[in-house]
Amino acid sequence: MTMETSSAVIFEERQDQIFRKGEQPFDLACNKESLAGAISQRACVFCGSRVVLYPIADALHLVHGPIGCAVYTWDIRGALSTGPELHRLSFSTDLQEKDVIFGGEKKLYRALTELIDMHHPKAAFVYSTCIVGIIGDDLEAVCKKVGKEKAIPVIPVQAEGFNGNKRAGYEAACKALFRLVGTGDIDGISPYSLNIMGDFNLAGEIWIVRSYFERMGIQVVANITGDGRVDSIRQAHGAALNLVQCSGSTMELAGLMEEAYDIPHIRVSYCGLEDMAESLYAVARFFKNPEIMKRTQRLIKEELSILYPRLREFRKALSGKKAAIYVGGAFKAFSMIKTLKFLDMKVVLVGSQTGTKEDYQELEEITDDGTIIVDDTNPLELCTFIKEKDVDIFIGGVKERPIAYKMGVGFCDHNHERKEALEGFVGILNLAQEIYNTVMSPVWRFVPRRAAEGVKNGRDRETLCVHNQRLQAL
Amino acid sequence: MAGTERHYVSTTNACKLCKPIGACLAFRGIEGAVPFLHGSQGCATYMRRYIISHFREPMDIASSALSEKHAVFGGGPNLKQGLKNVITKYGAGIIGIATTCLTETIGDDVPGIIREFCQEEKDLFSNDTGPLLVNASTPSYSGTHMEGFHEAVKAMVGQVATRNGAAEDVNLLPGFVSPADIRYLKEILEDFKVSGTVLPDISETLDGQALLDYEKIPSGGTPISGIKTMGSARATIEFGRTLMGEHTAGELLSTRHGVFLSQVGVPIGIRESDEFFSAMETISDKKIHQKHEQERGRLIDAYVDAHKYIFGKRAIVFGEEDLVVGLTSLLSEIGVIPVLCASGGKSGHFGECVKAVTKGITDAPIVRDGADFFDIASEAKSLKPDLLVGHSKGYSLSRKLNIPLIRVGFPIHDRIGAQRILHVGYRGAQSLLDRIVNAVIERKQDVSPVGYTYV
Ligand code: SF4
Ligand code: SF4
Repeated sequence: MTMETSSAVIFEERQDQIFRKGEQPFDLACNKESLAGAISQRACVFCGSRVVLYPIADALHLVHGPIGCAVYTWDIRGALSTGPELHRLSFSTDLQEKDVIFGGEKKLYRALTELIDMHHPKAAFVYSTCIVGIIGDDLEAVCKKVGKEKAIPVIPVQAEGFNGNKRAGYEAACKALFRLVGTGDIDGISPYSLNIMGDFNLAGEIWIVRSYFERMGIQVVANITGDGRVDSIRQAHGAALNLVQCSGSTMELAGLMEEAYDIPHIRVSYCGLEDMAESLYAVARFFKNPEIMKRTQRLIKEELSILYPRLREFRKALSGKKAAIYVGGAFKAFSMIKTLKFLDMKVVLVGSQTGTKEDYQELEEITDDGTIIVDDTNPLELCTFIKEKDVDIFIGGVKERPIAYKMGVGFCDHNHERKEALEGFVGILNLAQEIYNTVMSPVWRFVPRRAAEGVKNGRDRETLCVHNQRLQAL
Repeated sequence: MAGTERHYVSTTNACKLCKPIGACLAFRGIEGAVPFLHGSQGCATYMRRYIISHFREPMDIASSALSEKHAVFGGGPNLKQGLKNVITKYGAGIIGIATTCLTETIGDDVPGIIREFCQEEKDLFSNDTGPLLVNASTPSYSGTHMEGFHEAVKAMVGQVATRNGAAEDVNLLPGFVSPADIRYLKEILEDFKVSGTVLPDISETLDGQALLDYEKIPSGGTPISGIKTMGSARATIEFGRTLMGEHTAGELLSTRHGVFLSQVGVPIGIRESDEFFSAMETISDKKIHQKHEQERGRLIDAYVDAHKYIFGKRAIVFGEEDLVVGLTSLLSEIGVIPVLCASGGKSGHFGECVKAVTKGITDAPIVRDGADFFDIASEAKSLKPDLLVGHSKGYSLSRKLNIPLIRVGFPIHDRIGAQRILHVGYRGAQSLLDRIVNAVIERKQDVSPVGYTYV
C-alpha cells in the first residue's frame, strides 16, 4: 500500500485548502472544521488554552475531566521558569464513571481545595474538557466559591475541546487572563514599559528578548506568559505598550486591554533577522525617545556583527536546499521563510494548522512561484508534497517528524517541544545550525530515496564533509 | 503494609493513560488497519504525538472530529463520513473504532451506526475483501490504557475470529509489549515449529524500516486471515497475571470456540519465562529448542556474575500492572528488593499477583494500585530506594532522589530505542539484568572518590 498520485490522496473536500502559487489567482479556504476521517494534525480548544496559560509558573493548572486530557499535556512544552515550577505538574480531577453520571462539581471542589492547600499557588486555572461541557458542571460557580474561601483568583477556562480549534482555545485563555489583569498595584511603573505577549519562553526565549529590552532601557512589566507570574500579570495594565507575538494567540487579550485601559499594541515577531530587528525598531519608534533609539541601533549593530559572518558560512552550505514548512500558527512561517531565503534556501511548501485568510494571502506574497500553500493538511498529503517537491528539510512539529524521517528527509523542530531557542538573534544561528545538522548529516546517503542517486551523491557529501569540519572549527 | 486506598481526590502526574490510546495501539498491530477514534479531534492528536514520541514512527489515528453540534445531535453522521473517507483514501482492510469519553457520554450507539453504515454504503463492501469494521467501547472514565488495549484485542477476537480453519495454530496474546519483544516471541514460536497468530503484532507496524515511499498503512501486523481462524486453534497463550479469571480475549476463544486457554504472567525473568516455555512445550508437544535452553543457561551464569553488585538494592517499580508484576518477579530473583510496586491501573488483582511472584524469595513489597506519581514520591521518602524501574515519566522522581531510572515499558519519551527494548523471555531478562546491574555500578563508580577503573 504505497502512495499514489496526488489526486488520489487529496480529499475532494480539501481541494480548496491547497494552493499552488502561480497557477491561478490566490484563493484558499481555511478556518474550516477538520474533515472527519482525515488525520488532521490539529489539536483542540483545550490544547490552545493550555499553550497560552501553561507557562504561568506559580499558578495551579487543574484539568477538569477524564485523565487523558491532562496526562497528554503533562510537561510537554519546554516553557522554562526562573523560579517556581508548579506548571510542570499535571493536575487532573480524573473523572470516573460515577462523576460522569452524577456530575463532577463536588469532586472539582474537593480537588481544588486540596491542591490549593498543598501547593499554595498565586492563582488557579480550571480547564473544562469536552466531557465537562456535556455533563454540564457549573465551573464558574465552583471556582467562585473556592476563590472566596482561599482568597486567590480561581479562574475557569472554558475550553471544551470540541468547541472549535486551537484558536478558540487562545480566546478562552485570553478571557481568563483578562480577569487577572487590572487587579494589581501599578505604582512606580516606568513610562517606558511594555508587556511581552504571545511568547512562551520555550528554551528560554523570553529571557533573550527581555534582555534586549533591558539593554534598550525599557521595563518589561509582564511576561504573557512565558516564565509568567500571576502578580506581574495583575499589573500588566500599568504598561505603556503591548507587544503581541504569535498569530493571534494573545491578540484577543491585547484587544481587551486596549479597550479597557487604552494600551496600544504592536504585532511583532522575534524569529528571523528582519523581523527581530524590525520589532525592536518598532518599539524604539513607539517611545519616541532618541536615547532609546540610539541604544536600539547599537544593540542591533552589535548582534548583527556577531551573526553575519557565521550565517554566511551556513549559507554556503545550505544554498539551494529545498525546505518544507508546516507549523501551528502561520506567523512563524513568515519569519522562517525570510530566514530561509537569507540562507539561500528554497521554500517549496508552506502550511499551517490554523492560519487565516490574511495569513495565507501574505504567504502567497512572499513565496516563489510553484510553492504549495496548504491549510490543515494531513500525513498523506504531506508525503505527496514531499515527493513532488523533492524536499531536503522539513520544518515542523513532532507529528511531522516521523513522516519526514520515514521518507529520508531532514527535520527541524519548530514547535512547542523545541529545546533550542529559535528567537532573538542567537535564535537565527541556532535555527541555521539545526538545519545544517540535519541536512548535512551523512546518514541520508543510506536512505532509499537518496541511495539510488549513487555516486553523484557520494561526491557531494565529501565536499560537505570538509565544510563541516571547517564549521566545527569556527 | 499500607493499604491500597488513594489519599487524594485529585490526580497529580498520573501513572496511567486513557483507555482509547490502548485500543489504538492494539489496532495498530493488525495488518491493514487504521485506528479510528470516535470523538473530538483533540484526543486523537494528543494520542498520536504521545505514541510517536515513544516509537519514533508515524502513527495515524483517524477521528470523527466531532464539534459541539455533533455532541448535541449525535456523532453518527460524522462517524459515517469519517469511515467512508478512511476506506476510500486509506484503502483500509480493517478499521478499529474506539469510542472516547465524549461519545460514550452522549450515548452514541456505535454498533448500530456501523450497521446502518454498512447498509447505506453497500458498494464499499461489495466483495469479500471489503473492509472489516471492529468497534471497542473505551470510555476513559473507567479503566486505563491497558483496559483499552485488552478491550480492543477482545473486540477483534469477538467480532472477527471464527472456527473455520485448520486446527494447528497457536494463538498468542502477548498484551502490550515492545516490537522487539514481539519479534522474539515470533522467533520462539517458529523454533517450536508451530504456526501462530500473534495478536496484536506491532513488530513491524511500530518499528518499520526506512522507506522509499511512505506507506499509508504501515506493512506488517497480524494478518486478518489469521485472526479469522483463531477459533479453530489448538490453544491460546495469554500473558498477564492480572487477567486470570477475567473476561479476556483468551477466555472468549475458550468459551465460544472451545480453544484451550493457557494463561501465564508476562514472561519476565527466569521463573515467569520458564512458565511460558513450558506452556509452549505442552502445546506444541515439543522440547524447548537448544538455542533457548542455552540462553537460559547463560542467563543463570549472568545472574551469578552479577549478584553481588545488586544484592539488597531497593527498587521502586511502576507502570502497567502486568508489566510491574513481571519486573518485580525478575528483580526479586536477582536479589534486588522491590520495596514499592505502583500502578495507575486498578484491576483489583495487582496485590495478589505481586505477592505470588515474590513469595518465598522476598518480603511482599508495598503495593499501590490506582497510584499517581505524587503517591509514589510520597512513599519514596521513607523507602530509601536505590533505583527506579519504569517508564520515562519517572524521570523527575529519579532526578529528585538522585538515583538511576531503568527505562522499560511505555512511554519512553526521553531516550532513543524504546521500540527495541527487550523485556520478555530469557533474552529479555538478560538484557534487563545487564542494564540494571550496569546502572548500579555506574552510579557507584560516578560517586566514588577513587574512580575505580576496574570493578
Ligand atoms: S476525553 Fe477521554 S479519550 Fe479523550 S483524551 Fe480525554 S481521557 Fe482520553
Ligand atoms: S476530550 Fe476534548 S478537551 Fe480533552 S483532549 Fe479530547 S478534544 Fe481535547
